Amino acid sequence: MKNKSLVSINDYSKEEQLKILEIAKGFEKNPVQDILKDHVIASLFFEPSTRTRLSFESAVSRLGGKIIGFSEASNTSVKKGESLRDTILTIANYSDLIIMRNPIEGSARFASEISPVPIINAGDGANQHPTQTLLDLYSIIKTQGTLDNLHVAFVGDLKYGRTVHSLVIALCNYNTTFHLVSPLELKLPSSVKMYIKERKLAYHQYTELEDAIPSADVLYMTRIQKERFSDPLEFERIKNSYILSNNMLDNTKENIKVLHPLPRVNEININVDTNPKAYYFEQALNGVFVRQALMASILGLS
Amino acid sequence: MNESIKQLKVSAIENGTVIDHIPALAVFQVIRILKLDKFDNMVLFGTNLESKKYGKKGIIKVSNKFFADEDLNKISLAAPHATIIEIHDYKVTSKKVVETPEQIKGIVKCFNPNCVTNHEHVSARFDVLDKEDIRLKCHYCEKITVKNNMEFK
Ligand SMILES: [Zn+2]
Repeated sequence: MKNKSLVSINDYSKEEQLKILEIAKGFEKNPVQDILKDHVIASLFFEPSTRTRLSFESAVSRLGGKIIGFSEASNTSVKKGESLRDTILTIANYSDLIIMRNPIEGSARFASEISPVPIINAGDGANQHPTQTLLDLYSIIKTQGTLDNLHVAFVGDLKYGRTVHSLVIALCNYNTTFHLVSPLELKLPSSVKMYIKERKLAYHQYTELEDAIPSADVLYMTRIQKERFSDPLEFERIKNSYILSNNMLDNTKENIKVLHPLPRVNEININVDTNPKAYYFEQALNGVFVRQALMASILGLS
Repeated sequence: MNESIKQLKVSAIENGTVIDHIPALAVFQVIRILKLDKFDNMVLFGTNLESKKYGKKGIIKVSNKFFADEDLNKISLAAPHATIIEIHDYKVTSKKVVETPEQIKGIVKCFNPNCVTNHEHVSARFDVLDKEDIRLKCHYCEKITVKNNMEFK
């Protein structure tokens, strides 16, 4: 994976993804290493995303690397109308690796094609956010001991949620059974369902959260946003039907873990937080190890 | 016979290429795809001609020009069943049907206004997912452009 940009989760084969997860385990045991001490990492956030940026910057700092870049585009040459091409070509002169978040879809692919240094996509609009997928996979393998043959329930906005799309596609490599819970307006798009069908995997669709919980090994919750509904009344009607509360986890599998890409609004009641089945905060921490592993392998340092 | 009489509605050419069986509405798209609007040679075209097989159809004749298959296949997006006839000395020397390529570059715009190809100097590139009912997956934003929102450059 040396020098191989990560733009879309499919850029890495199943074996390459597993390799990253394996390396991440090492960083979890030993997160502070100075393998990046001779490296400069550019962190270009054309739109703010504090959570993702801090996770990357924490990963770089713990490995002793230097960070240059910006956390939003407003004070930069981009604001003055500089093209992405020029920004990337300039900053590539100053750095060994570029982490980029950009609201324009396909910008990361484009950057990876023109940049002399590798690119890590930290989110390109509604398109891809592959490090989120890697940390989700890591969280699943860590809590379940395997990625194979699991029952994974996805809950909430399955139509627009790019983290859901990428994780569903990635899990198609592992004989997953999918339980898809969403309001009718926010069902998983057919372009994503196509991957499940191609692999001939089982999937079940529900509108009631309670129906999907009993069989799940992993319960992946997402936020439902009001602006996704053409009819605001419809949102008001369903908004409380996809909220997970502690008592709903009573008769679930022993090994079930609740994941959420965060930030959460109200879709997981805070009384779930102390339940041993809740895993979303640890999940976020795993992002640091996975990003350390990714940078180390792209730079050939692991 | 009948067909040949109809073809005469757009005059015959001595040497060159005839593109037949173009859907009537797609004639101008084909002209644009092949950049015939910037062409010096004689170009004749007709549209809304009656065709038994296709209803209303269009036809284009380009004098003294023979296209590479690669260029011709591009028009399959607008005219999936177009027939390409090469004429030498008023005689048909070859006749073939266009084939939709696996990949498309630089002729169609990505329909996604938020796609990088609509913001930077980079040509849109697509994988053709479905050749019959045209579905193009953008190499950059990964969104799918379908016939209804397909716009030619
Ligand atoms: Zn696009």
